Amino acid sequence: MLVISEGAELARPIVNSPAAVSAHEPSVASVGDYIALMKPRVMSLVVFTAFVGMMMAPGHVHPVIGFTALLCISVAAGAAGALNMWYDADIDALMARTAGRPIPRGRIAPGEAFGFGATLAGFSIALLGLLVSWPAAALLAFTIFFYVVVYTMWLKRWTPQNIVIGGAAGAFPPMIGWVAASGHISIEPCLLFFIVFFWTPPHFWALSLTRVDDYARAGVPMLPVVAGADETRRQILLYSTALALIGATPWLLGYRNAIYGVTALLAGALMIALALQLRNERDRKRADRAARRLFAFSILYLFIVFAVLLIEACVTGPKM
Amino acid sequence: MEREPGKIVLTQEQQRRRRARSIAIALALGALVILFYVVTLVKGPAVLNRPL
Repeated sequence: MLVISEGAELARPIVNSPAAVSAHEPSVASVGDYIALMKPRVMSLVVFTAFVGMMMAPGHVHPVIGFTALLCISVAAGAAGALNMWYDADIDALMARTAGRPIPRGRIAPGEAFGFGATLAGFSIALLGLLVSWPAAALLAFTIFFYVVVYTMWLKRWTPQNIVIGGAAGAFPPMIGWVAASGHISIEPCLLFFIVFFWTPPHFWALSLTRVDDYARAGVPMLPVVAGADETRRQILLYSTALALIGATPWLLGYRNAIYGVTALLAGALMIALALQLRNERDRKRADRAARRLFAFSILYLFIVFAVLLIEACVTGPKM
Repeated sequence: MEREPGKIVLTQEQQRRRRARSIAIALALGALVILFYVVTLVKGPAVLNRPL
């Protein structure tokens, strides 16, 4: 495993930006700043995949209980996002993509962000356990721990495989949705887990290819920084191919019908085609465009696959 | 009004934002109360039955 040491010294939640606020100064944070701290775009993806997992699960879940479970999962995702921004405030201040976040911009003090994130995390786990199910709450607690401690504090600044292993945190929500509805785990939620797990590397590496200078400046050992653009493009192609196959497994194993299978295979083929295009592109500007195209399509891919799963679950019921 | 030494005086903008944050917290707590009430109605006596 490739490891670089330069970034390791940054592993401290200290904000060096001149805009950073002290905990002793009156807060200038607006409600919108706290919402931004929760990474609402990531939350929406988490809620969607968790909802699909819940709808696919066997058995009936009361709409109020289902809503409560989704609320807890979304709040937990926001809490994890806030804790991530608290810990990463130093490197966020150095990267153009993240410099506008509430802590580097000086709108929220790091301590406030930590308190906010920790409170929401505790509330969401306790609420899910008390009102829905303790196994789902345990899985939710583990997901927050994995994202904040394993990914943010450990892997992100240590290894270029950060996003591969850390991607598991984003893959748990459909599983949590399933467990919240059914109370147990089976093969199907594991397949959903693996779809998101193998989707994460090509999605993030496509983005990081266009932000190499940012990551290098911040000392974050993303794959393009450590291994170069060519190796990253090769890995994107490999993971996209694996994703295309894994995306079709719910159909190949007989859990979903041919409509899902054909959709997943077509979307997977398009993902591979875009990854191939990126792999073969040598001109910097055109390669950047190809990376952006793949990044945008990867979001659409996940939406299409989960939307078809959701429609099938609604039409044919949770199990075929 | 004279400013006391060592005492922080909030600007109008800071006061407005503090008020907005306080309202957001109040709304969240109110929503939590309603959520507990509705879930208790939905679950009925089973609300106390939470096997691990």
